[in-house]
Amino acid sequence: MTTPGPRAAYWEYVDSLVLATALGTALWLIYTRRSRRGLIALSIFSLIYFGFYRKGCICSIGSVQNLAMALFDNGYAAPVSAIAFFALPVAVALFSGRAFCSGVCPHGALQDLILVKPLKVPTWLEQGLSVLPFIYLGAGVLFAATGTTFIICQYDPFVPIFRMSGRTFMVLSGVALLVLGMFVGRPYCRFLCPFGAILKLAGTVSARRVRVTPDLCTQCRLCEASCPFGAMRTPETGRPAPRDLPSERRQLTLALMVTPLLIFAGAWGGLKFSPTAAMLHPSVNLAHEFLANQGKPAPTGALSPADLELQRARQNPRETLVASAKVQHRFDMGTTLFGAWIGLVIGAKWISLRLRRTRTDYEPDRGDCVACARCFDYCPNELVRRGVISPVKEPATTTL
Amino acid sequence: MSTGASSGGPVNRRHFLRQGARTAALAGGGVLLGLLVGRTSARGTVWQIDPQKCVRCGNCATSCVLKQSAVKCVHAFSMCGYCQLCTGYFEPAPNDLNTGAENCQCPTAAIRRTYVEDPYYEYTIDERLCIGCAKCVEGCNQFGNGSLFLQIRHDRCLNCNECAIAKVCAGDAFRRVPVNQPYLLKAISH
Ligand code: SF4
Ligand code: SF4
Ligand code: SF4
Ligand code: SF4
Repeated sequence: MTTPGPRAAYWEYVDSLVLATALGTALWLIYTRRSRRGLIALSIFSLIYFGFYRKGCICSIGSVQNLAMALFDNGYAAPVSAIAFFALPVAVALFSGRAFCSGVCPHGALQDLILVKPLKVPTWLEQGLSVLPFIYLGAGVLFAATGTTFIICQYDPFVPIFRMSGRTFMVLSGVALLVLGMFVGRPYCRFLCPFGAILKLAGTVSARRVRVTPDLCTQCRLCEASCPFGAMRTPETGRPAPRDLPSERRQLTLALMVTPLLIFAGAWGGLKFSPTAAMLHPSVNLAHEFLANQGKPAPTGALSPADLELQRARQNPRETLVASAKVQHRFDMGTTLFGAWIGLVIGAKWISLRLRRTRTDYEPDRGDCVACARCFDYCPNELVRRGVISPVKEPATTTL
Repeated sequence: MSTGASSGGPVNRRHFLRQGARTAALAGGGVLLGLLVGRTSARGTVWQIDPQKCVRCGNCATSCVLKQSAVKCVHAFSMCGYCQLCTGYFEPAPNDLNTGAENCQCPTAAIRRTYVEDPYYEYTIDERLCIGCAKCVEGCNQFGNGSLFLQIRHDRCLNCNECAIAKVCAGDAFRRVPVNQPYLLKAISH
């Protein structure tokens, strides 16, 4: 009998090293070279290495589940690569924005490279859908922490494409997202990716930010519509017209007051939802089947996988029920927190929509910008920097 | 027109808030990492089937993310009885004890039956053909010595973050094993 060894363990370190190098390269390309072309090259490399060569496993997007499971399950230890793939991109985002998304993530790279004609997503839809990644993140953590399943991996649309194999449903959804992605910039990144949600939060507080212009924004508005991912922000005064002030205040107060209610309602709904969610766990499911089939004669003849499973439960009824009860208990806790999280996410979104910001320039939103460097090309100052156009002498009399 | 950082009050306040949040995130992340690194497996793990727990449900052939499953049948020759009537090889109540497909368990004819000496026959698995359906394993376990069993072949397995078969395995037989002991064999053999 032949027993070929698995991919050697040191490859974990190789993968982590490639990740670190790619992140460093991305930072250099975004901030020093300011080069879209360089980022395209990096994207192609990442797509080939992390995507088609490593088959999308291990990936940062799923790593949060490994961490969650390692925290709550004593029998499971997260592999080194999972920790590195989680921590490095987040650490970079805390200081310099979403460099990981710009050209290191194979999912992002794939969607970025196939974009042909970006259409603008209406603001209300964009804002509404942008809470989904946070909810998906919560669900991923819930099901990983309870040891149920890694839904983020199971429902990953692009990994089946990297592997050129997978469940029909997932292959189809991957293809559908790719077709959509030709006209809507990075649909998975913006409206689903749970790791993107973490990076977005980290990017929001980052020290360094992506800027359209290499030096001064002259408010020429040429970059206004340049971002295919809805990340460009226009200048705002931060002060509403005096007439609107009372109503804006009222709306903000309302949002602030309703948010705690949303959180409580979410927690309550979550607890109600617990038994249903727990059914996804194999142990709970088995216990249910066992109880439902109690007293019925054991099936004979060719046994289906379900019959065989039932047989296993019948041999060990006590163990089956105890295991199930333990998981159910965890789910009560988990779904309550998950429900509260959904309430918090919706409330926070609402509040953020009611806040006014002061912005003097056209600039990318720290959280939404994936640092693709597309908008740079629209800025005349950038073109001067590159020597594509020569600086124009300003006329002596500037009109105000 | 401004470069951003040099303007007045709100910007500075926001700068400060941002820095505070960043520090908090770093501290939180540090604690989390400390907790995780303390119990990380420096070795790494791979998926494997515990042959003692496998109940031959057949999911291995159909649930792997690879179109031809990474699970295949392996044979512990040291446990094999070299039976003439191998219940892993032949259908129950075969018409004839020959290699005709209608007599065989294996749907892909992946088992080769060679004559050794009367009345012994050797059975070898052609791993290119095996799809891991566990039909032969069931036969061998019911009436034979149980020398045929399923294992994940690590030359094929992608070591998915979560094995797709593990979630549906009727025997709950899948588990993560250390990468330096990647097989759970029934017997040590060549
Ligand atoms: S948002 Fe998610 S999928 Fe998109 S590039 Fe970032 S990590 Fe990758
Ligand atoms: S770099 Fe510019 S174009 Fe690219 S995501 Fe950021 S704001 Fe949008
Ligand atoms: S880990 Fe993935 S490739 Fe390996 S046996 Fe399981 S599903 Fe198949
Ligand atoms: S899924 Fe589990 S029980 Fe079914 S054949 Fe595979 S290892 Fe055996």
